[in-house]
Amino acid sequence: MSDDEIAARPPRRWHIAVFLAPAVAVYTALMIVPLVDTLRLSLFTTVDNQSVFVGFTNFVTLFGDLRWSKSFWNALQNNVVFFIIHMMIQNPVGIALAAMLSVPRLKGRTFYRTAIFLPTMLSFVIVGFVWKLILSPIWGVAPGILGALGLKFLFGPWLGLESSALITLSLISVWQFVGIPMMLIYAALLAIPEEVIEAAELDGITGVGQFFKIKLPLVLPTVGIVSILTFVGNFNAFDLVYTAQGAMAGPNFSTDLLGTYLYRTFFGFQLQLGDQNMGATIATMMFLIILTGVMIYLFAIQTRMRRYQL
Amino acid sequence: MTTAKARTSLIRSGLMHLALIAYTALCLAPVVLIVINSMKSRAAIFSSPMSLPGPKTFDLIGFTTVINQGNFASYFSNSLIVTGTSIVAVLLFGAMAAFALSEYRFRGNTLMGLYLALGIMIPIRLGTIAILNIMVATRLVNTHLALILVYTAQGLPLAIFILSEFMHAVSSDLKNAARIDGLSEYAIFFKLVLPLTRPAIATVAVFTMIPIWNDLWFPLILAPGEATKTVTLGAQSFIGQYVTNWNAVLAALTLAILPVLVLYLAFSRQLIRGLTAGAVK
Repeated sequence: MSDDEIAARPPRRWHIAVFLAPAVAVYTALMIVPLVDTLRLSLFTTVDNQSVFVGFTNFVTLFGDLRWSKSFWNALQNNVVFFIIHMMIQNPVGIALAAMLSVPRLKGRTFYRTAIFLPTMLSFVIVGFVWKLILSPIWGVAPGILGALGLKFLFGPWLGLESSALITLSLISVWQFVGIPMMLIYAALLAIPEEVIEAAELDGITGVGQFFKIKLPLVLPTVGIVSILTFVGNFNAFDLVYTAQGAMAGPNFSTDLLGTYLYRTFFGFQLQLGDQNMGATIATMMFLIILTGVMIYLFAIQTRMRRYQL
Repeated sequence: MTTAKARTSLIRSGLMHLALIAYTALCLAPVVLIVINSMKSRAAIFSSPMSLPGPKTFDLIGFTTVINQGNFASYFSNSLIVTGTSIVAVLLFGAMAAFALSEYRFRGNTLMGLYLALGIMIPIRLGTIAILNIMVATRLVNTHLALILVYTAQGLPLAIFILSEFMHAVSSDLKNAARIDGLSEYAIFFKLVLPLTRPAIATVAVFTMIPIWNDLWFPLILAPGEATKTVTLGAQSFIGQYVTNWNAVLAALTLAILPVLVLYLAFSRQLIRGLTAGAVK
């Protein structure tokens, strides 16, 4: 190779590699490799401490063996209910709060904003126990408040009843996270150009009508982002159930989510031993569910909304 | 006509404040209730839960129990070490990678960006089983390092994504002028770009901090030992153990809430500005 050719080649830019190396190394070693390895483990089983390839046998067990499939479908169904309650309550309440906060010249805006976002900052452990205490029939705070409103007959040990525990937990989680849709949608509302609003006012579209006809369609992309964030968060939720109801997700598994089911399967509980391959199988199913949701968002919802916005 | 209009708008704003005050109360009341009752005697907690602690009912027995029986000082220092180190790593590595992606055109740039963005949507928890295997194999179970490594990997994708947006905005004239002055690429990053993106970095720091400080899953699985327990896990296991001692439970919850509350009030402007600015983009 002649000197000319070496000179003509651009110099190797090592600094790019240096800048990228630490992030890529940590991210690959602790995020991508474990994720791929977990997917791989779902195709193996452990016999006498030896990993043996078994193909899709674990999935056949998960869906075919009644002991497994019953728990899996129960957890999945609870997770779907958990998600639906978030979508039906957290997002509308968040949108309503954001709409009120974005009204021009609102007094006390900063105070409201700060206070409503506070629960989002607290850990699941705090939120779980705080509500567990408040709803406890032993302490009597919740029946006391309902009594003051003349609604005492409504009170029940909600977290302890199979029929109401999941809904109660979902509402506690909604209470904690309303701040996120509120804040993101509030920001999107503030970003709507002044001219659009002025044009609407000239056409006589004001107040509530203006919100539904002009503003809400313009912030739909943000509602989409909030929805996918909620979806991903809900389908790997664990902490709140573990704190409030324990790893058994009682009463009688009525609050079991995929996250708690994965935890119990992996670590074992009561008489059942922990099983890392079945745990990996459940983790793989969670991965597929989340991936499907993200794909639907990216390809179906986001592209359509962009077009709509134009 | 005008007065009627003014009156409806007055009524509407009154109703709005009513709704906002009601919702604010719903957000604050549970926290206030826990904090005030943590300072009362056991009898008062049950006889008058809604009242403030008075001279007759004031009692710090719960806090005494927590401080004598729990290791909260050690839990706090564990949380500080883990959260602090993870944030520094996320910000430094994240900013470096964001700079590489936003500053240079090289083959595979887009692909690398997408690869690093995967982690924004796919939760790191799904790889927990293999992560535990790695930590067992490298004897890192029950060490701070195990948590720090995991949290760094968890925080990097979003940090890189947000920081590259901001680094795009740094004037290229400025960087080219520095290059002509003979500054190396490293000097440009550390002395020029990093100081200029400080506000964005502060925002990312707050975003990164909250999920790490509040996480229960990884401390429970990777570092459940007494010596490495974080506040979140420590409070969880303490409360589980003292579940019938209401004074101790309320005091432990108050101790877990207060630092978050203080930090939040100190940084809420920064956080809210970051949230709103990020969404506009």
